Amino acid sequence: MNKLQIITKGIIKENPVFVLLLGMCPVLGTSSSAINGLGMGVATMMVLIMSNAVVSIVAGAIPNQVRIPAYIVVIAGFTTVVQLMMQAYTPGLYATLGIFIPLIAVNCVLLARAEAYASKNSVLNSVFDGLGIGLGFTLALTALGAVRELLGSMSVFGYKFASGDGMLVFILAPGAFIALGYLIVIFNKLTKIKA
Amino acid sequence: MAKESSLKNMLLCLFGVTLGVSALLGGVYILTYESIELAKKNEVNAAIAAVVPAFDNDPSVEIIEKVVDGKKVKIYPALHGGEPVGYAIEASTTQGFSGLIVLMIGFLPDGTIHNSAVVSHAETPGLGDKIEQKKANWSLQFNGKHPDNFKLSVRKDGGDVDAITASTITSRAFCDAVELAYKAFLTVTQQ
Amino acid sequence: MEYIIIIISAVFVNNILLAQFLGVCPFFGASNKVETAIGMAGAVTFVMTLATLITWLLFYYVLVPLQIEFMQTVGFILIIASLVQMVEIILKKISPSLYRALGIFLPLMATNCAIVGVAILVVTKEFSFGGAAHLLNLPESIAFAVANALGFGVALVIFAGLREQLALSDVPKAFRGIPIALVTAGILSLAFMGFSGLV
Repeated sequence: MNKLQIITKGIIKENPVFVLLLGMCPVLGTSSSAINGLGMGVATMMVLIMSNAVVSIVAGAIPNQVRIPAYIVVIAGFTTVVQLMMQAYTPGLYATLGIFIPLIAVNCVLLARAEAYASKNSVLNSVFDGLGIGLGFTLALTALGAVRELLGSMSVFGYKFASGDGMLVFILAPGAFIALGYLIVIFNKLTKIKA
Repeated sequence: MAKESSLKNMLLCLFGVTLGVSALLGGVYILTYESIELAKKNEVNAAIAAVVPAFDNDPSVEIIEKVVDGKKVKIYPALHGGEPVGYAIEASTTQGFSGLIVLMIGFLPDGTIHNSAVVSHAETPGLGDKIEQKKANWSLQFNGKHPDNFKLSVRKDGGDVDAITASTITSRAFCDAVELAYKAFLTVTQQ
Repeated sequence: MEYIIIIISAVFVNNILLAQFLGVCPFFGASNKVETAIGMAGAVTFVMTLATLITWLLFYYVLVPLQIEFMQTVGFILIIASLVQMVEIILKKISPSLYRALGIFLPLMATNCAIVGVAILVVTKEFSFGGAAHLLNLPESIAFAVANALGFGVALVIFAGLREQLALSDVPKAFRGIPIALVTAGILSLAFMGFSGLV
C-alpha cells in the first residue's frame, strides 16, 4: 500500500465518522458551524499524527499488559500540548470549543488507531495513517458544520448566502443528531454505488 | 513486537512513559506560559478598547473591584493624558435564559453609555445570542443613551428598550446587567 | 434548594447526552435493550460519582498546590482508568451479583467522555447555581456528578425504549442501524428542549 492509499483510505473507506462511527461526541458537540468543525478537526488531527508517531516508535518496548494505559498517557499528553498551544495562539477558537479540547484525549478514534495501526506499522506509515484518518475526521466535521450552518443560519464559514434566520433547530442540539444521521445515509449511498 | 510482561518491566515502562510525557508537558507549559497570559490580558484589553473611547493608560492594571447589590463588579478606568475618558465596567447577571451572562459596558464620564460587549453567555444560538454585536445590532440601541432618561427595562415592563423578538428573558437580563454596571459607575464617580 | 436546581438543570435542561453531547458512544452502543441501558446507567452513576470525588480532591490538593494544573487531563484520565480497574477487582470480590450486572460495562468507563468531561467541568467551569457564578465546592461537585449521571441514565433508558420499538418497524434500508437511531435521538433532544429556561 503506498502512502497516498494510506491517506485516502482514512478519508473514504475507513472514514472515522461516517463509516467507523467513532468519536461521535466532538462531532456532534463542535459542529455548530463550519469553522468550529474545521478547528476541532485540525486539533484532533494534530494529536492523532503525533500520538501515532510516538506509539509506533515505543510500541516495541512496551510490555503487552500495560500497552493500553501507556497509549492513553501518550495521547493525553499530546492533547494537553495542543490545548496549551491553542490557549496561547488561538484563544478565540479555544474558548468556543471549550471542554471538547481536553476531551480529545478520550476520543476513541485516537486509541483505536494507536492500537490497531500505529503499534504494528512503521513510523512513517503511522504518520500518514494519522494524516489520513485525521483528514477524514476533519472533512466529516467540516461537512457537518457547513450543513448545519447553511440550514441553520443561511451561511457557510460566516459567509451569508441569503437573508433571514434559517431553520434554527439545525444549530441547536437536535439538529446535530438529525443532520449527522442524514449525512451518514448520503455517504453510505454514494460510497456503496462507487464500490 | 510487544515484549513479555513482568511486574518489573510493566512498572518501569509505565513510569518511563509518564515521566517522558510529564517532561514534555512541563517544557511546553513553560514555552507557552507567557503567550497564554498575554492572550488572556489581550482578551480583556480588547473588550475594554471596544467599549470606551481611545485611552493611553493600562486599564487592566488600574482595575477597581466592587460589590454592588451583592454582586462582584470590575471597573476599568480609561484615561487619556491623565484625564478620565470613560469607564469600562464588567457586570454579570444570572437571570439569562441559560444562566450567566457577563457584559462589558463602557460609560463616558458623564454617564452616557458609549458601547457594550458580551464577554460570555450561554443563550440560545439564533435567539438570545443576538445580544452579541457580531450576530445582530440589537445592543446598539443602548449606545449614546443616558440611563437617567432612558429607562433600562424592556417595553413590556414599561421601559425604553426594544426586546429581542422571542427572547424577552435574555433582553431583561441584559438590561439588568447594564443597570448594575450603571450603579457601579455611580459609586465610582459620585465620590 | 440549590441542589434541586443542580439536579433539574443537569437532568432536564442541560442533559449531558442530549444537549451537551458527552458520552454519546455508550449512548448508541448500550441502548439496544432497556435492560442493558439500566446496567450501563448504574455503572455510569457509580463511576462518575467516585471519579468526580477523587479528581476534585486530586485537583485542589495536589495539582493546585504544586501549580501543575496543566497536568489535569493526563492526571484525571490515569486516575479514572485506575479507579475503574480497582472498582472492578473490589466488586468481583465483595459483590459478585453487582459485578455480574455492571461488570461488562466497567472497562468502557475509562474512555467514556461523559465521566472525564464531568470531572473536568467541575474544576474549570463557573456555574451560577443559587446566585453568583463560582467554581463548585466538593458537595456541589458531587451533586453535579450524581445529577449528570441521573440525566445520562434517564436519556439512555428512554432512548433504549424507543429503539426497542424501532427494531420492530420497517425502516428504509439506508437508514437502518445508526442513522435512524441518530434521527430518533434528535427528536428526543427536541423534546428535551422544551425544558429549557426552566431554571
